[in-house]
Amino acid sequence: MSATASSADHEIGDVIIEMRKVDKFYGDFQVLRDIDLTVSRGERIVICGPSGSGKSTLIRCLNQLEEHQKGDIVIDGTTVHAKLKGIEDIRREIGMVFQSFNLFPHLTALENCTLAPMKVRGIGKAEAEANARKILERVHIPEQAHKYPVQLSGGQQQRVAIARSLCMNPKIMLFDEPTSALDPEMVSEVLDTMVELAESGMTMICVTHEMGFARKVADRVIFMDAGEIVEVAPPGQFFSAPQSERTRQFLGQILHHA
Amino acid sequence: MSYEFDFADVFAAWPELLQGLMNSLVLSALAMVIGMVVSVAGALGKTSGPKWLRWIIDEYIELIRNTPFLIQIFMIYFGLPSMGLKMSSNTAALLALVVNVGAYGIEIIRAGIESIQKGQIEAGKSLGMRPLQIFRYIILKPAIQAIYPSLTSQFILLMLNTSVCSAIAASELTAVAGDIQSRTFRSFEVYFVVTCMYLGLSVFFWSVFAAIERAFLRKPTR
Repeated sequence: MSATASSADHEIGDVIIEMRKVDKFYGDFQVLRDIDLTVSRGERIVICGPSGSGKSTLIRCLNQLEEHQKGDIVIDGTTVHAKLKGIEDIRREIGMVFQSFNLFPHLTALENCTLAPMKVRGIGKAEAEANARKILERVHIPEQAHKYPVQLSGGQQQRVAIARSLCMNPKIMLFDEPTSALDPEMVSEVLDTMVELAESGMTMICVTHEMGFARKVADRVIFMDAGEIVEVAPPGQFFSAPQSERTRQFLGQILHHA
Repeated sequence: MSYEFDFADVFAAWPELLQGLMNSLVLSALAMVIGMVVSVAGALGKTSGPKWLRWIIDEYIELIRNTPFLIQIFMIYFGLPSMGLKMSSNTAALLALVVNVGAYGIEIIRAGIESIQKGQIEAGKSLGMRPLQIFRYIILKPAIQAIYPSLTSQFILLMLNTSVCSAIAASELTAVAGDIQSRTFRSFEVYFVVTCMYLGLSVFFWSVFAAIERAFLRKPTR
């Protein structure tokens, strides 16, 4: 087992996410099978796998955008489930970035970033705006603050979406294929932002096929297939010596042209 | 045919006509504002309320959209008093208009709400927003933007419907016209002037709607 350079150079703390024997069904169809996963504070996880393997569903269960039917999900000490009163209090600590950005079209970039801090955290407008500007600067688009989503490129929109989540000062960030809907030339600007975020010590779970990103920042790479976690390994080992035949096949397919 | 037009009697009644016009305008505007509140609340109930509430709203919509407006007015003005609910003809007219436009408005706004992509709601949830906050800050404005033309058309129909309220002697424009007509026998002249006044009301409301759109509902362009 060779630890990679990336996993040694930053601090990993106590457990922040724990999934125990989680099953999820859509009707009769089982999307998640017996998922066990423990993530520590500051850890960066990349999840990959073929489409329909359940990787998006897995992270959407963490903030209960999808409910699971069996097993336990514990977020920072709280067991979450669909009927949990105060699920909003858990969600606001978990930022989520979507494949299709999901910015609010009727609000400017700045307003997208200040809405939740003001309404959910009760922060005053001036403070929320000052903070949002700082974070828009951090994702390198302070000059776009007053533009509406339709006036921004895909890459810019996704960076605003990242900023919007960061403005809530979350403990965990989830990324659901954040670059899959982007034109190729815009992928790197979003990945750069994510790398910077990783370097700041954020706990991150990223569903992505950007294997360069995985190599660079992941502590562990998870391969999922047919609703199961097939393989978990540090990136060095994951790419050079995958244990499972299914992982090898998958890597062969996606790295074929790389 | 040698009818001689004579507007003198009609114009002599201009204070009455003006009062009728103002009453129609106020009645319409009040019904629109209250009707909007009913429509938004009803659409919220219909899209995310408990099952029994959805059922009640559905029945209300079906009842109103499948019966004549005139009967609805009679029901409220002549029917409710036998159950102990008495009100003035103007109040009854306002209530009937609100009840009527609400049924159509709920369906229009519901369509707007359903045009909002699921991802918008998920983004709001993931930020820790509560359902009512998501509705108020994320769904409502884009939903109204999406259906604004249908909504305003419905409100113009509401304004035109105020003329039916003359049947219970509400003091609106058509009732006033009836009075003048029965006094002067100048039917053509009276209704010609009143037609022009309704047209004027329509133009007025359309321009108010356009101003509201410019001020609050303009969509950003690329």
